[in-house]
Amino acid sequence: MSRAELPQDERTGRMGHQGHPGHSGLPRRPEREAEGGEPAPDRDGEPDEARRRPSPLWTLGLFRSELTVTFRRWRTLALLAVLAAVPLLVGIAVKVETGDGGPAGDGGGGGEGPAFIGQVTNNGLFLVFTALAATLPFFLPMAVGVVAGDSVAGEASAGTLRYLLVAPAGRTRLLLAKFTAILAFCLAATLTVAVSALAVGALLFPLGEVILLSGTTVPLADGMLRALAIAVAVAASLVGLAALGLFVSTLTNSGIAAMATTVGLLITVQILGAIPQLDAIHPYLFPHQWMSFADLLRDPVHWDDLLDNLRLQGLYAAVFGSAAWARFTGRDITV
Amino acid sequence: MARTRPMKKALRYAVPATVAGAAVAAVGLVPALASSGGSPDLPRITAEELVAKIAASDTQQLSGTVRITTDLGLPALPGMGSGGHGGGRGNSAGEGGGEKAGDADPRGRLTELASGSHTLRVAVDGPDRQRLSIVEKAAEYSLIRNGGDVWAYDSATNTAHHTVLPREDGRGAGPEEAPGGLEKVTPQKAAQEVLKAVDATTSVTVDGTAKVAGQDAHQLLIEPKQPDSTVGSVRIAVDADSGVPLKFTLTPKGGGKAAVDVGFTEVDFAEPDAGTFDFKPPKGAKVTEEKPDGARNGSGETPHKDSEGGKDSKGGRGGDGKGRDAAEGLPSGLEVLGEGWGSVARIELPGGGPVPGAGAGQETAPEARKLLDGFTEEVKGDFGTGRFFGTRLVNALITDDGTVYVGAVTREGLVKAAGSAGGAG
Repeated sequence: MSRAELPQDERTGRMGHQGHPGHSGLPRRPEREAEGGEPAPDRDGEPDEARRRPSPLWTLGLFRSELTVTFRRWRTLALLAVLAAVPLLVGIAVKVETGDGGPAGDGGGGGEGPAFIGQVTNNGLFLVFTALAATLPFFLPMAVGVVAGDSVAGEASAGTLRYLLVAPAGRTRLLLAKFTAILAFCLAATLTVAVSALAVGALLFPLGEVILLSGTTVPLADGMLRALAIAVAVAASLVGLAALGLFVSTLTNSGIAAMATTVGLLITVQILGAIPQLDAIHPYLFPHQWMSFADLLRDPVHWDDLLDNLRLQGLYAAVFGSAAWARFTGRDITV
Repeated sequence: MARTRPMKKALRYAVPATVAGAAVAAVGLVPALASSGGSPDLPRITAEELVAKIAASDTQQLSGTVRITTDLGLPALPGMGSGGHGGGRGNSAGEGGGEKAGDADPRGRLTELASGSHTLRVAVDGPDRQRLSIVEKAAEYSLIRNGGDVWAYDSATNTAHHTVLPREDGRGAGPEEAPGGLEKVTPQKAAQEVLKAVDATTSVTVDGTAKVAGQDAHQLLIEPKQPDSTVGSVRIAVDADSGVPLKFTLTPKGGGKAAVDVGFTEVDFAEPDAGTFDFKPPKGAKVTEEKPDGARNGSGETPHKDSEGGKDSKGGRGGDGKGRDAAEGLPSGLEVLGEGWGSVARIELPGGGPVPGAGAGQETAPEARKLLDGFTEEVKGDFGTGRFFGTRLVNALITDDGTVYVGAVTREGLVKAAGSAGGAG
């Protein structure tokens, strides 16, 4: 794919950063309409330490453009729409189930249905917790896996990666921008579920004082704060998978392969986590403490597992983030 | 296009490899260091001094997190955890079964602690106010005792259970029994149970020091001298400052990992927040009220008696004066044979003939009979024939004439006890 074959437009949506005047005419793929930085000649996309002196603002621009690229994708929006639909479905199901005056689906955490579902009819806020508990095992990580797996490999398969690397940003910086954008998506996806669940819950059920797991009753405002903290905790739970997906994404030039691998790994790990005979390795699996977000609903909050989870996610981010860096900075980009 | 030298490329991978290696090492080593590596330097202490220290300990207030891991080697039967005892449940039928019946009755729930690993949060403020919470996945089971009120709340089913203790019990023996065995799961009580059995049959020594929940502690090592006992050793870590037992580990003679391991992972001797013990049933929760006199004497006590029969009973036979402690409160038809660690509980079953489960009065159905045969084996002895049911710690022998022998003794010990009892009776 030579430069001459590529369209020479798509310059409009981009932020103006300090550019290299001589190279303003670099081609873009139409779908990648916004990305950071003016291109600069870089020998075959290798990072060049001597020439890389961009300002912090520039990095911000790179991140912003990555964000725009991520969130302008139809695929991303579709993923978010699916995630937003889950609480709606759960809410309607609970409403229909209990519409004839029967009690809420009992059991709750006992394995029938997601946790907290029995409380939803009493308090719509619990739909937030139910929806997050229902989407955390697969929906949320799958969406993150798609976005993370596509992040680098998708550029490679679309043929835009080498042009992206022509920018003076350097590969490390680009990778960081990519990772930050994925993390932003984790948070956005979680908040989408939470906000959608809150809206549905407020519409279909009464809102009121929140009964914590310890039996303590707290005001609604306190409950809302805890719900927000839970959304953040859930988003943080996805960091490990995001790093894993980014690493997988640097391994291949096929976006689809990277997505499939990431989601496949997620499913494999979830299955391994469900086999009791393998409990020796469970603490090392990234979904091990995912349900710890519920500990925020105890009184007082039980921090042990939450912190364990954060440590585990940080560990995955460090290991696979640096592996992605090693692969990405040392790799030949030919497409 | 390859411009990067292979060396440089390979070096980059050293970064994730180092991070991963360091992380695995840290994950593997840090807990080991935290739990065992730090043997603090403490002045030497004799076993008697240490036991006295425990007895003299007047710590009334503490809060903390307790980790309890139990591996008794019980067969994994559905409903064994919560339904293993007869008739304790009120409205479990209406809830459609499952592992969690919709009742916050403490007796059933506490037997769940008899298997697997659980995290508990405890807070104690004097003899009248305690709180115990079983931390479950996305759920919590709380037991709160505040004066004469005992509340149990199960968040998974949003049900509460309320018991009012009789006045005099609320003063005297209250903390011992009232909250359905609440005290039994704290390290203090577990240690006391064992210390009761200290006599000629037992060797008690001090075995170094340890760091438990960030506290310097002495380790008390208790080993039965009786060959028939299934208990290998009991290790109790005692806080060097306060004399509070912090960790209790029971290792069976058969080796392997501890059968019972109860210990604080966090402990704080400051006064717990007063609000900790205030409990009002949340709105919308289903509340079950219980009459005061129904609080005890239920069959829910049986599992505790079974598993602790060997340690509980100091004296000889239930009939004579020595065994007052043990005989008190025992159901009729129960008698304790032998002494110390080798003691065996003998239970006459009302129906006669073997029934499933040790001491749980349920009727015998052909299916139950088949099930019983499946996980027991036939034994013959002086007593005739019977079925033997073994776990890592507690063994049971059910004779064909309907007598059950239960104890923390080996199969041979059980057969011997049954033989001599049969001869005597």
